[in-house]
Amino acid sequence: METFWYSAVTFMLAVYVVLDGYDFGVGMVYPFVARTEEERRHALSAIGPVWSGNEVWLIAAGGALFLAFPRAYAAGFSGFYLALIIVLWLFMGRGLAIELRAHVDHPLWRQFWDVIFAASSGLLAVVFGIALGNLIRGVPLNAEGYFFVALWTDFVPGPDPGIIDWFTLLLALTSAVLLTGHGANYLAMKTTGDLQARARRVARLSAYGTVLLVALVLPALSGVQPSFRLNYDAHPIGYGWPLMGLAALLALLVFRARERDVAAFAASSVLLLGLLAGTAWGSYPNILIATADPSLSLTITNASAGTYGLQAAVWWFTIGLAIVIIYQLCIHRLFWGPVKTEPRDLSAH
Amino acid sequence: MESALLYDRLQFAVTATFHYLFPQLTMGLALLLVYFRTRDLLSHDDHYHHVARFWTGIFALSFAFGVVTGIPLEFQFGTNWAKFSTYAGGIIGQTLAMEGLFAFFLESSFLGVLLFGEGRFSRRTQWFAALMLFLGSWLSGYFILATNAWMQHPVAYRVAEDGRLLVDSLTGLLTNPWLLWQFAHNMTAAVVTGSFVMAALGAFYLLSGQHLVQARTYVRTGVVAGAIASILMISPTGHENARQVFEYQPIKGAAFEGLFRSERGADVLLIGQPNTETMTIDNPLVVPSALSLLVYYDLYANVKGLDAFPRKDWPDNIALLYYSYHVMAGLGTMLVAVMGLALLWLWQGRLFTANWLLWLLMLSAPFPYIATTAGWMTAEIGRQPWLVYGLLRTADGTSPLVHSGNALFTLLGFLGLYLFLGLLFLFLFAETVRHGPAEAASVGGPPV
Repeated sequence: METFWYSAVTFMLAVYVVLDGYDFGVGMVYPFVARTEEERRHALSAIGPVWSGNEVWLIAAGGALFLAFPRAYAAGFSGFYLALIIVLWLFMGRGLAIELRAHVDHPLWRQFWDVIFAASSGLLAVVFGIALGNLIRGVPLNAEGYFFVALWTDFVPGPDPGIIDWFTLLLALTSAVLLTGHGANYLAMKTTGDLQARARRVARLSAYGTVLLVALVLPALSGVQPSFRLNYDAHPIGYGWPLMGLAALLALLVFRARERDVAAFAASSVLLLGLLAGTAWGSYPNILIATADPSLSLTITNASAGTYGLQAAVWWFTIGLAIVIIYQLCIHRLFWGPVKTEPRDLSAH
Repeated sequence: MESALLYDRLQFAVTATFHYLFPQLTMGLALLLVYFRTRDLLSHDDHYHHVARFWTGIFALSFAFGVVTGIPLEFQFGTNWAKFSTYAGGIIGQTLAMEGLFAFFLESSFLGVLLFGEGRFSRRTQWFAALMLFLGSWLSGYFILATNAWMQHPVAYRVAEDGRLLVDSLTGLLTNPWLLWQFAHNMTAAVVTGSFVMAALGAFYLLSGQHLVQARTYVRTGVVAGAIASILMISPTGHENARQVFEYQPIKGAAFEGLFRSERGADVLLIGQPNTETMTIDNPLVVPSALSLLVYYDLYANVKGLDAFPRKDWPDNIALLYYSYHVMAGLGTMLVAVMGLALLWLWQGRLFTANWLLWLLMLSAPFPYIATTAGWMTAEIGRQPWLVYGLLRTADGTSPLVHSGNALFTLLGFLGLYLFLGLLFLFLFAETVRHGPAEAASVGGPPV
């Protein structure tokens, strides 16, 4: 039962990263690839109808985590206090930027929100990497199951870590490059003309960057968190996830070279899924790994919300999720294909 | 850590209060939008289509602010109230996750359809999207109130070996007796806010001689819906809520009524200032025996006052609680009066030319917001000193390792950010009103 919920939370987070990842990517590349006002409107209307539905996956994943593993939710959220509140502010700025940019017809107004949109998207992509890095590296949990980490200490992933150290920064860079590429692939698929050409170039460059960074991250990861290796060696079938990711990376390079945009976006999605699922496989059954003493780690067992609650939630959760997936597919289908060009359709109001 | 507790409480109070300014409008408007979209589907001209489009724009503006200010609340359960989340997460995690899965997805997915679907999808699709939006926003209200109702009146739980609470029955959690009246009261209040804003905007257009055809629909719809909803808000829903407070939380009831001493045939205090030192009321104006009558339907019933309970269980800010309740009840009565008057004039066909009454409608728009805020302050200040009523004290629910320096920093950040957001919303609302429905009808919101 606990394993089901561990998988469910992982699944929702992965779907979140794939879906909202592309609109973060669009945010990051947006000021550079979309130069005229018309192109910017195109880029924005490629994500306008769906971004908010995408973001709910994060909220729902948070909800599922709270539901199934309240201790991990409480410890994690209070332990990363400052970082999480800053993340909140970034989310708020970003949401407002997308929604409000079109409300006032004035170039200064648009420039203001363009900067907020790009900066918050970029910073959030970096933060996701840092967050993942912290989960992999572990946190200084105490005997009561709480911890508190400062934003940075000595930038070394040791026994007294900060949120930012060289390892989490490396993942931050990886995350930024991955999501930049993901968003560029999405834009290439959803747009035409100069905008599409520039998006394709960015997508190709980030694919090369991803190869380089993945080559750096893998050895760093097994150095910082050796327990992952043990998990994989105990259950070698798990190697399927990172291998799937690597295959997708290869496919991405091929599809990018042939300018097959839809296939490239799909490959980029599978790449993200593979990397995240691979991380979750390595971490299992830990949710928060303790740096000081492995027995203090919060696991799916000691953080669980109890058998009745988890079992009762399975049925409504599965049904609810199935309904969500059905109508989100319908809606993505309604908005399928390159964005329309008539300006009247593009109001982000 | 005492100051950290203060900042944690202030931060939740500020963020929750500010947040709820937006959903009360969107939940109210969601119902009215379904009405407009239905009329549009049944009619042969574009009138209701334009009405619906304009109000979808206002809805979307308020919704966007509601979404961005809503995320911090779910986060804060973990960031600032970690011990509470550990203690009660096995229960409120259920309702919060349900809200995400059943409500947020519906709302955010179908709002995109409604906003970007103009000229792309049929009216039937848009009607369906409006209906899903209504369903999503009211479900969201239901689940979040289920969470609050559980904190007010914990049910369906058992205590695990390590002292944490675990859920015992999902049905019990979702049919908490506290929840049913609370939901009815809260949602009628949301419709009151939506109706008042709609009627006020219509009144503004009528008084300033713009968009007259549209404006009459706004006023008519706002007044009819507002009159019905404001009456329901007071009776039965408000009345039953108060009775259930006296049943389950008699200390809260005594405190918000300003009843320091137990009394047979207790009075209702209309105005007066409570003095918690001497346990008396200055300048009282009372309706004799009315409290006993309202609560127990018996003029001579004994109502327990604050003196019947130990001081450590008293809410920690009696005066503020007392004023919140009286502001809510007083304004609620006034709202019924305004809408009743307007309905009478509408009935007689005189409303659209009665400038004084249109002015009154226009100027009344802020009051449902104040009444609703005061109502929530009554519920939440009155819940103190408990975080989970009778089970967990607020002081025992905070995050153990988040020190006051961090909590103050983020509180100040939220204050600054929300000041900016509030100004931004008012500015954009004014812009939308200035553009008016005609333009909204032709291009789908202000030009890009």
